[in-house]
Amino acid sequence: MKKVLAKAYLYLLLAMLYAPLLFIAVFSFTESRVLGNWTGFSTKLYSNLFTGGMNGGSSLLAAVENTLLIALIAAAISTLLGTVAAVGIFNLKGRKKQTMQFLNNIPMINPDIITGVSLFLLFVFLGFSQGYTTVVLAHVTFCTPYVVLNVLPKLAQMNPNIYEAALDLGATPGQALWKVLVPELRPGMISGFILAFTMSLDDFAVTFFTRGTIGLETLSTYIYADARKGGLTPELRPLMTIIFLIVLILLIVINMRQEKMKKQ
Amino acid sequence: MAKDYIIDIQHLSKSYGDVKVLDDINFYIRRGEFITLLGPSGCGKTTLLRQIAGFIAPDEGRILLEGKDISGIPPYKRPLNTVFQRYALFPHLDVFDNIAFGLKLQKLPAKEIEVRVKKMLKMVSMTDYEDRSVDSLSGGQQQRVAIARALVNYPKVLLLDEPLAALDLKMRKDMQMELKEIHRKMGITFIYVTHDQEEALTLSDTIVVLNEGRIQQIGTPTDIYNEPVNSFVADFIGESTILNGTMIRDRRVEFMGHEFDCVDEGFGENVPVDVVVRPEDVYIMNHQEGAQFSGVVQSCIFKGVHYEMFVETDKGYELMIQDYNAFEPGSTVGLLIRPSDIQVMHKERTINTIEAEVLDSHHVSMLGAEWECEVPDDAATGDTVIAEVPFDGIELLDHQEDGKLAGEVHFLLYKGDHYHLTILTDNGDRLWVDTDDIWDKGDLVGIDIRSEAIKLKLKND
Repeated sequence: MKKVLAKAYLYLLLAMLYAPLLFIAVFSFTESRVLGNWTGFSTKLYSNLFTGGMNGGSSLLAAVENTLLIALIAAAISTLLGTVAAVGIFNLKGRKKQTMQFLNNIPMINPDIITGVSLFLLFVFLGFSQGYTTVVLAHVTFCTPYVVLNVLPKLAQMNPNIYEAALDLGATPGQALWKVLVPELRPGMISGFILAFTMSLDDFAVTFFTRGTIGLETLSTYIYADARKGGLTPELRPLMTIIFLIVLILLIVINMRQEKMKKQ
Repeated sequence: MAKDYIIDIQHLSKSYGDVKVLDDINFYIRRGEFITLLGPSGCGKTTLLRQIAGFIAPDEGRILLEGKDISGIPPYKRPLNTVFQRYALFPHLDVFDNIAFGLKLQKLPAKEIEVRVKKMLKMVSMTDYEDRSVDSLSGGQQQRVAIARALVNYPKVLLLDEPLAALDLKMRKDMQMELKEIHRKMGITFIYVTHDQEEALTLSDTIVVLNEGRIQQIGTPTDIYNEPVNSFVADFIGESTILNGTMIRDRRVEFMGHEFDCVDEGFGENVPVDVVVRPEDVYIMNHQEGAQFSGVVQSCIFKGVHYEMFVETDKGYELMIQDYNAFEPGSTVGLLIRPSDIQVMHKERTINTIEAEVLDSHHVSMLGAEWECEVPDDAATGDTVIAEVPFDGIELLDHQEDGKLAGEVHFLLYKGDHYHLTILTDNGDRLWVDTDDIWDKGDLVGIDIRSEAIKLKLKND
């Protein structure tokens, strides 16, 4: 009896967690403007989405394009910075290392709204004109710690002598980095990149405060504005479903990679 | 320069913080030699090897390779290669690419790389393994790949940092023979680092014994084994009993309460010395005729080839003896040591000499504490004097807080009827203590000095 209750509780919890997502996914296959009305199965919303045949369709697609581009650039820069930072932190000793790891963790726990507002104030203070660049910079700021967190364990697993072994065999420090260190750290860097990409993808608060007034919209700010205008554009339903699936796939990939790393 | 030295190390020193890891190291290595840097962990042997490889810069001194100073040259420009302790193979490359790594960096033609890698694989008996991933290899196989990867570049010197430490005993013995064979075939100079004295004796042409950053002795394995220059070397290499003795005159030495003929000369008359007796050099028999002294067998253990016995001699000293015959514990035996088997060594010190400052007519300050003692009349307050404390004038206490000073047991030597300890105080001073109590290395002790044991001497005496 106890077991049944425990199981029931678990399934109920999972159902509650995933119900909204399922709800949106199901209703992405009907044409009704109002969410919750089933007017028969249709893939029209999907085709609208991809052909832009809807109200304000071009701005929605532009927002998607911005979101992806910002996520890609931010994740790429974060991966580079985070890897270099991880190597630096790994080579510190004792207290300094602990302090740096602690400092690396703060931005991850810090509420987005605080990160957003403080970056906004910083950019204003420095006199940066806000727009695309500031959004990318802001995203790099909160994505980098995740890369650091993914690369550090790889460094710990690595035989500390292999960098020296490369030097010993005639590789310059640069060659040793590219031919030995990077291949060894690559799995951690890729996991870090994927995580940074997803973090950037769903960010709202930080983007909202750092995008300035030039009308830059990412998906999250677009939806926010759209919702305020009254009612969500129905084409958002298929879009949400697609994004959810992409993120789900990415998460599965990360988990499988981590399993593989553990087995080694 | 007529001498064919491939490496000449001059006045090399290195410190980490206050700790002197290497202290004025000087030696040379002949071309084609198999030389071993031997010492306990923390003796500086690995630091020395890493300086030769170029991973650590020396604080002082020079390393000459074929007469040219290479101290300022980065590791990737030195014509030396290293076999690392844990192999340090590149996990993302297969066996072939690991070995070819150095050759590819030199941009040699692919054909030549293939020929050389295959030749090396044959040399280390790893033909047919070239496509294997290095993770799929056993420890011994990884070690072979690591050796091939280093040797394929035809280095002027091959550096090996405890390469066999991670292998099991049987595999280690096999690899020792193979290393020796590879050294013979290639004719390259090998510098080998190990803490395993047996390995060093088996492999080397020359052994450099290091302890606490200083060279203790350089010599062939037989020299080092048969004629250790001090008690550290005698204790570290092989089994031995080290005893206090007195050199009565040339070729005559007293120890264990008996006088013996020996072959050593030039120590002077009635000079305190250390005497080394190897356990296999004591003749043991069950009759007294022809024996120099007698003893009673305390224990007898079978060790495979020989029996190892502890014998208490007629004057109360404990002696370790190895013999092919077993003698019953409790039986009285006759014992004999041949003159040439007695190794006499100078004592490094016979008393503790400590710098002290006179505080008043009855007190001095030394080792960071205040001590009561007799102060000579001609020493004034504030004078720096030398305090002499005999080894048995120092008492060791179980609890650090019970002593005037705190320290730890740094090194210990059994001298047949007592222990001779080196104590490192918390202030970094060294004291030498004779005691009957049993201590272990690393034990924390409280230290007291009996005031009547402290003898002061003026500095200019």
